[in-house]
Amino acid sequence: MAVKYTLIGIAVAFLTLFLMFPLAIVFGEALSAGASAYFSSLTDPSVITAIQLTLIIAAIAVPANLIFGVCASWCIARFDFAGRNVLITLIDLPFSISPVIAGLLEVLLFGLNGLFGTWLSNHNIQIIFALPGMVIATIFVTFPFVAREVIPLAQEQGNDEEEAAVTLGASGLQIFWRVSLPKIRWGLFYGVLLCNARAMGEFGAVSVVSGKVFGETDTLSLAVESLYESYETQAAFAVASLLAMLALVTLVLKAALEWWHRDELHAVRVRKAS
Amino acid sequence: MSATLQARPSWRWVQPSILPGFAPSMAITLIWLGVIVIGPLGVMLWFTAGMGWEAFLGVITQPRVLGDLWVSLSSALYASTINAGFGLLVAWVLTRYEFPGRRFADAMIDLPFALPTAVAGIALSTLYAPTGWIGAVLAPLGIQIAFQPAGIVVAMMFISLPFIVRTVQPVIQDLEVEQEEAASLMGATPLQIFLRISLPAIIPSLLTGFALALARCLGEYGSIIFIAGNKPMISEIVPLLIVAQLDQFDYQGATAIGTLMLGVSFLLLLAINLLQAWVRRRHGG
Repeated sequence: MAVKYTLIGIAVAFLTLFLMFPLAIVFGEALSAGASAYFSSLTDPSVITAIQLTLIIAAIAVPANLIFGVCASWCIARFDFAGRNVLITLIDLPFSISPVIAGLLEVLLFGLNGLFGTWLSNHNIQIIFALPGMVIATIFVTFPFVAREVIPLAQEQGNDEEEAAVTLGASGLQIFWRVSLPKIRWGLFYGVLLCNARAMGEFGAVSVVSGKVFGETDTLSLAVESLYESYETQAAFAVASLLAMLALVTLVLKAALEWWHRDELHAVRVRKAS
Repeated sequence: MSATLQARPSWRWVQPSILPGFAPSMAITLIWLGVIVIGPLGVMLWFTAGMGWEAFLGVITQPRVLGDLWVSLSSALYASTINAGFGLLVAWVLTRYEFPGRRFADAMIDLPFALPTAVAGIALSTLYAPTGWIGAVLAPLGIQIAFQPAGIVVAMMFISLPFIVRTVQPVIQDLEVEQEEAASLMGATPLQIFLRISLPAIIPSLLTGFALALARCLGEYGSIIFIAGNKPMISEIVPLLIVAQLDQFDYQGATAIGTLMLGVSFLLLLAINLLQAWVRRRHGG
């Protein structure tokens, strides 16, 4: 018994110190100058621009990875082919690559001295230090998020229902919309949730390819940095509190999904651990 | 002779299936993977190859590069090792014990995963600064964390905690309690039970978690740069060095260091996979 309570005590103390304190200080510092200062830092035109930019990037990157995740899970989980594990490893690759390298890759491709640099500047197309580069870098870092949630789930569920649908004369699209999509929808939602949190919060990759002009090419994460570096600590934490709220909403939805659909999602968690 | 030849089916890339849609979904997957991930990585390696061996070695043997690599590697190893201990403890407590707030604590484990790294960065550096909530307590003891190499370890611990807890947790959940009860009936102490029965079953997943944490720590940028002092060779991490090279338009330097980082994380993951295979063989798991 004594052992049990000591262990619980250590775990709770560790989690409070390492997780709750950082979260608490974000809101503490954000509100340190009162509510009106908090709201006025959030309605600053540069911050509004950052919010819009963040939403635009997520609105492109998340659907792109959703469509990719659905395609990848269809061919990887529903069919048996040589090199399947190699393909899964390659899809997971961006997880073990530094976000800074993700940004570097875009610079090497689209920067002035990059592979397509001369062609792009001749045609007056700007990718680096502009929105397209930030979108591509975000797609890179969030690449595996949807696929890696859906593939193990679809593999676990098997193909029996789909095969039955084929023998009953359903077309490919009918099978997808009526049979497969309902089977994997919670896994998809789970993946989209995590993908969205990362896409909206990404810092390293985006900071390399953004022009970093506060009020023009700063996303919310980059605005946090800009404000913090110019010693506007309260404003930096006010913007940070928006992102922290996004994180909390993500966690609540995630916990709810895991609670309601734990049987489906349990398979995914076990598969990932082994 | 001819019978065995006939019995052996000809090699196929895809096993036959009555389901439609293999070719288009595979085509989209491969093209998208190629355009977003494999192609750009190939370009980086191609640029590195183009600069020649001498130039590549010239960049990566600079004292600043080697010094920063040491800072990154040693901090990541410290952070992942400390977290292997605490992460195992937290995972054990969350799966085995019932206490008020357990489900809340369990949900919060993913906070570092969901909280944008820049937010974590400014929060940690404010907490551990000599005037911050935690820094002010440690300062009289002569312990400084923010703007010191120790700050890097603290930030890395924060961001890598969920990787360890979440890989170990399902394994603890699936442990067979009967074995532990049997050992207990035969007179084993709780510590003996843990070390002889539970831990060997957990270790492979702990290693997986350790590897994931290590990879995440090595690549991490946002949460570290605010709390680290960013002094070259002392408290500067490799990703920041890449950014510094890019800011000076030294694309060749940045590319060489990027390739070096890729190589180092690849070697580390390979080493841990081998270690894992060895552990599995030894424990028959």
